[in-house]
Amino acid sequence: MTEKIVVENLYKIFGAHPEKGLKLYQEGFSKDDIMEKTKQTIGIADVSFTVNEGEILVIMGLSGSGKSTLVRCINRLIEPSYGKIFLDGVDITGLSEEELRKLRQERFGMVFQHFALFPHRTVLKNVEYGLEIQKVPPPVRREKAMQSLEQVGLKGWEDSYPEQLSGGMQQRVGLARALALDPDIMLMDEAFSALDPLIRRDMQDELLDLQERVQKTIIFISHDLDEALKLGDRIILMKDGKIVQEGAAEDILTNPADEYVEKFVEDVDISKMITAETVMKNPIQVASFAHDGPKAALWKMKQAGISSIFVQHKSRLQGLVSADDAVQALKEGVKDLTGILQTDITTVLPDTPASELFPLLAESSPVAVVNAEGRLKGVIVKGTLLAALSEGVSNNGTS
Amino acid sequence: MEHLRIPIGRVIELSIDLFTEHFSFITIAFSQVTENGIKYLVKAMMFFPPWTLILIFTGLAWYLSRRRGIALFALIGLALIWNMGLWAPTMSTIALVFISTLMAILIGMPLGIVSALSQAAYRIIMPILDVMQTMPAFVYLIPAIPLFGLGPVGAIFSTVIFAMPPAIRLTCLGIRQVPVELIEAADAFGSTKSQKLFKLQLPMATPTIMAGINQTVMLALSMVVIAAMIGAKGLGGEVWKAIQRLQPDRGFESGIAIVIIAMIFDRIMQRIGNKKEETETR
Repeated sequence: MTEKIVVENLYKIFGAHPEKGLKLYQEGFSKDDIMEKTKQTIGIADVSFTVNEGEILVIMGLSGSGKSTLVRCINRLIEPSYGKIFLDGVDITGLSEEELRKLRQERFGMVFQHFALFPHRTVLKNVEYGLEIQKVPPPVRREKAMQSLEQVGLKGWEDSYPEQLSGGMQQRVGLARALALDPDIMLMDEAFSALDPLIRRDMQDELLDLQERVQKTIIFISHDLDEALKLGDRIILMKDGKIVQEGAAEDILTNPADEYVEKFVEDVDISKMITAETVMKNPIQVASFAHDGPKAALWKMKQAGISSIFVQHKSRLQGLVSADDAVQALKEGVKDLTGILQTDITTVLPDTPASELFPLLAESSPVAVVNAEGRLKGVIVKGTLLAALSEGVSNNGTS
Repeated sequence: MEHLRIPIGRVIELSIDLFTEHFSFITIAFSQVTENGIKYLVKAMMFFPPWTLILIFTGLAWYLSRRRGIALFALIGLALIWNMGLWAPTMSTIALVFISTLMAILIGMPLGIVSALSQAAYRIIMPILDVMQTMPAFVYLIPAIPLFGLGPVGAIFSTVIFAMPPAIRLTCLGIRQVPVELIEAADAFGSTKSQKLFKLQLPMATPTIMAGINQTVMLALSMVVIAAMIGAKGLGGEVWKAIQRLQPDRGFESGIAIVIIAMIFDRIMQRIGNKKEETETR
């Protein structure tokens, strides 16, 4: 994984004398104290993180946490006070106005919370805007704009004005406008927050679809944890201009760094977030349909301390053999597992949420977790699921 | 108290003197341009027989406003003016208004743009505009006389000064009203300042700027009438004559002609402004 963007010790202090604010901050004063003493507002403080190429990094926090300031510092719409930002190894905080403009034209696409479409321009003219200011010849920019409109499913709307479109469609235009430039980095500032929940979910799905195809490096700002969990390969949680926690969705849910994060994740239904993959155990022993007879199967069960064993053939799960049946078969002198193989076993995919596992486990235990190719990935028994959930709940509900 | 008087008036008088003595080339150039402008414009308008001009104006009113009502009003109104025997002064009034408005816009819009984009310019220009707009209109006539003498040039000078503030103010307002998020979007895509101005700020400010120009036209019309006192010809001159000779009939006829012109201008300008908005919101 290549590091696309590296942010090092970034500060944004609003006010005429950021050095005063910085000094007090480093002496350990709080944001409010600094405001009172120096009239300087800490926007973001000592923020360092990296964004890997091709990932979606979600920066999350409540309003006032500095997340929007942070994303604007990355393309210097807001000039950071201190610190460095490296893009492909080049520090962009020192670029001249001209170089910065070029960088914004070629590398960054930005999508805004309230769409920020130009009302006096048609949809097509909006999408063309970035190319137009780069003086791309009209036929070329028209073609590119049409392509990106097609990507977001708005073909046929190019001559409409933004006002004639619904919110969801307007944001698609916003997305197309950013994509038309074919930037390698997309900055999305609460891009879906102004949309109603149903449309928002659709747009999230579409963004993920789109990302499969275009593979951009995306920095996505959100105040919505569900959105962050759905979109983010990694999540950064901010409070008062600082990073409180950084990690994959699961880390944040199951190991909240402090009370603030706990509060944040409280509302999330843990049984929806925990999937079969997280609670399954590796199968310690698996019987091979081709080589193992009842005796070998029994021996493997004894080794693993289990009362039934899954049977695979050529890496595909075939079924289950119980210890009782194996003993019976051994007594009868049968040499293979064909007769005692139970094939009507319950299987689930790795991303099945825990909430759906309960009823399955009530009917039959164990449940096999198999991937789309039918390969056995893990085993879930009632005990493992309950243990995982209680762990999640106790981590979550103690504030 | 006489000896403690702060010499505001004296300073202004001296600076006008200084200007007439040392910068007369500027005033002479201004005179030449405007005098010739008015002369040829009036000549051109008087070249056509009135009825052809009435038809042209009617057609223009319809073309610009797309309203039959406004076109019809222009037709009847102008015919009435012709009938009252006020055609020639009306043409010269229109020429004066046209030239003063044009100059007010040419000076006012750039000033408006500058004051919208630079906070320092804003802080200097806005108080001056406040003074300009509260100053009684007659006062502007006085410096016009030493600078340009009696006649239409002085009239245009004071009219331009009187009519310019709304053009500046509303241009500035229109640009400042463009939502911050849109400016941010333009910046995020790497626009230069002039691209931002011409592709985003000015187009979005157009309805507001048109409202400003409408006000400028109306103010120019009212000032052109007042400027009759320093020798502007036209309908104002007719009113002025009527006052001096105590002819209420002539005075009111000229007054009605002014109202007709004002209404035609106003309606057409308003329609241009609105039409712009309608095509946007279509």
